[in-house]
Amino acid sequence: MDPASFLHASRVVIVAGKGGVGKTTVTAALARMAAREGLSTLVLEVEGKSGIAGLFEKAALTYDEVVLCPSGDGAAEVRGRTLTPDDALLEYLEDHGLKRVSRRLVATGAMDVVATAAPGIKDILLLGKVKQLERAGDAGTVAPDGTAPADLIVLDAPAAGHAISFLLSARGLLDAVRVGPVSTQARDVLELLTDPARCQVVLVTLPEETPVNELVETAFHLEDRVGVSLGPVVVNGVYPVLGDLDVDPVEAAASGDTTLRSGEGEALAAAAAFRSARQTLQAEQLGRLAEALPLPQLHLPFLFRSDLGLADVDLLADALRAAVIAVPEPSRSAP
Amino acid sequence: MTERTLSQLVAEQSVIVCAGSGGVGKTTTAAVLALEGARQGRKAVVVTIDPAKRLADTLGIASLSNQATKIEGDWPGELWALMLDVKSTFDDLIATYAGDAAQAKRILENRFYRNISGALSGTQEYMAGEKLYELHELGAETPDGVRTRFDLVIVDTPPTRNALDFLDASRRLTSFLDHRVYKMLMAPTRAYMKAVNVAAQAFIRTVGRVVGGEVLDDALSFFTAFDGMEDGFRERAAHVQALLGADGTSFVLVASPRRDTVEEAAFFADKLRTSDLAVAGLVVNRMHPRFGGGTPGADRQRARTLVGSPIGTLYANLADFRDMADGEEAHIAGLTGSVAPAPVVRVPFLAEDVHDLATLEQIAAHLFDR
Repeated sequence: MDPASFLHASRVVIVAGKGGVGKTTVTAALARMAAREGLSTLVLEVEGKSGIAGLFEKAALTYDEVVLCPSGDGAAEVRGRTLTPDDALLEYLEDHGLKRVSRRLVATGAMDVVATAAPGIKDILLLGKVKQLERAGDAGTVAPDGTAPADLIVLDAPAAGHAISFLLSARGLLDAVRVGPVSTQARDVLELLTDPARCQVVLVTLPEETPVNELVETAFHLEDRVGVSLGPVVVNGVYPVLGDLDVDPVEAAASGDTTLRSGEGEALAAAAAFRSARQTLQAEQLGRLAEALPLPQLHLPFLFRSDLGLADVDLLADALRAAVIAVPEPSRSAP
Repeated sequence: MTERTLSQLVAEQSVIVCAGSGGVGKTTTAAVLALEGARQGRKAVVVTIDPAKRLADTLGIASLSNQATKIEGDWPGELWALMLDVKSTFDDLIATYAGDAAQAKRILENRFYRNISGALSGTQEYMAGEKLYELHELGAETPDGVRTRFDLVIVDTPPTRNALDFLDASRRLTSFLDHRVYKMLMAPTRAYMKAVNVAAQAFIRTVGRVVGGEVLDDALSFFTAFDGMEDGFRERAAHVQALLGADGTSFVLVASPRRDTVEEAAFFADKLRTSDLAVAGLVVNRMHPRFGGGTPGADRQRARTLVGSPIGTLYANLADFRDMADGEEAHIAGLTGSVAPAPVVRVPFLAEDVHDLATLEQIAAHLFDR
């Protein structure tokens, strides 16, 4: 698949997956890949502390946009911001002519009561903000502070279980509230989520049994209950496959004119056996995923580093691009 | 403070709470602790919050429900498991504290109640504490309709980003009930619609404009129906809080050796300490194994020199794992200090995925130093 057509499929990409699978890493890699294709990209985090800023080696994100990675070398800018329900509510109230009471509503903690009164309202406020940013992009609206709208918006969604209720909030609210501004907002959000030309969900998993099971479950829930369109699945942390793992270290050393240090033969053999076992397991899981879910898979390599930085994000962005190119172009049959 | 091994905790405590961020192996750790309880002859129950069927799969049973299921196995004690059903736990609580059946019915049928009992974030954490209390005090009803008591309750906390929500959940409910906005909403009924002050009315109108009149009406009728039950709920919340702080209750922190989960675990350990609750153990899951001694630089150097040959590949692989293990050890170094003197147990990333009792046993071998 051509990276440009993958990236232009929708203006909003929601990255979702169970906790610990590397959603945030994938968000960063996708954003950087898009920027290198020339798309100015805005990364949104919604739960705070996502670690996305750390990946770009920057301080924690704020409600106001900051540059995560400047443009240069033919790449566009990656910007980022964190969305909070309180800030989104304030903006929403001000936009709806309730500026006078808005501060008081938030300051008295009435937000908590309002959120209790209409569950999912926090989620709708956040998604409503995403929709507003998307619309600004379509219209080319420049923000009051002079920032141009982003070509691509990548949302680092809450962890799996919550991701479903997060994305279901619009449907839930539409059932509960039939009139008024919240209802309108929920309807707009649902339109965004269910329009494949505007929004797609990229699910992230690891090549392991439980994460694969949960990914498949989440995928069906999201398609059936929310009606979102699913993009390719990203499998994160795939061990790059090494051959030669079953050779005997002593023989291999001899044929390579190398002398093993004491105990080294055992260490080399044990490490090789471990990797080989994980490689077999991961191949099984990738196969199982392909069977259970007819979506293209994009594999990101495990980097054998416990701390990732900007250089790693670039590496993963390259890997993601290569994986997208390797996906066969979808056949375009007439409707 | 005496430090106890995880094995001693399982032998001596009546409640163990597994806390940590999502995806670190909390559910698995909770299952292994409960299994060990059964092995030690205790009657243990593990409550999972996770809606996914993974614990059921691991324990070799078809599915888990809100009802306690006994897991048969070759151990002297008993092992039971159940999955938290937030809504029915909340319904039971309403039934317990309602003045009469009619009040319970009014609440259970209220749309606002149905929304908060099923979907509201925070309700899950609150009900986890509630279930823990119920299991500890009253036991659970078995599929045969018999109530059975347990002497060890292991709870797997909700996979929230912030594990603190679990600690604060019942306190949050209490403060919600005490909130002056709630009191304002309640004012119309209390004062029989007459003495509502103008400011409150204006405020309610504003909230109504934002969320829509229907939602507000539902909420008002919920609070009206709820009237009189606050004291019962408040008292119950205090009991849950007391149980979390009791001597027989221990918190086991679960983390994986990544910067973000380690930071969160350290934050949680601090919070526990300031609440006079100590971390009784730290389990770090998925540590990459370390193979042999030597120095990382030397392996990598040989891998470079011998690149392209089979022995070069073996060296590169060894160096990969060593880099990973070193990085992970560096991440958890600070955390082990902040939970001291609690024991720190490292569980290696296994060559196979944890999916049945046999693989749980592999984890147990590390947790209990066998």
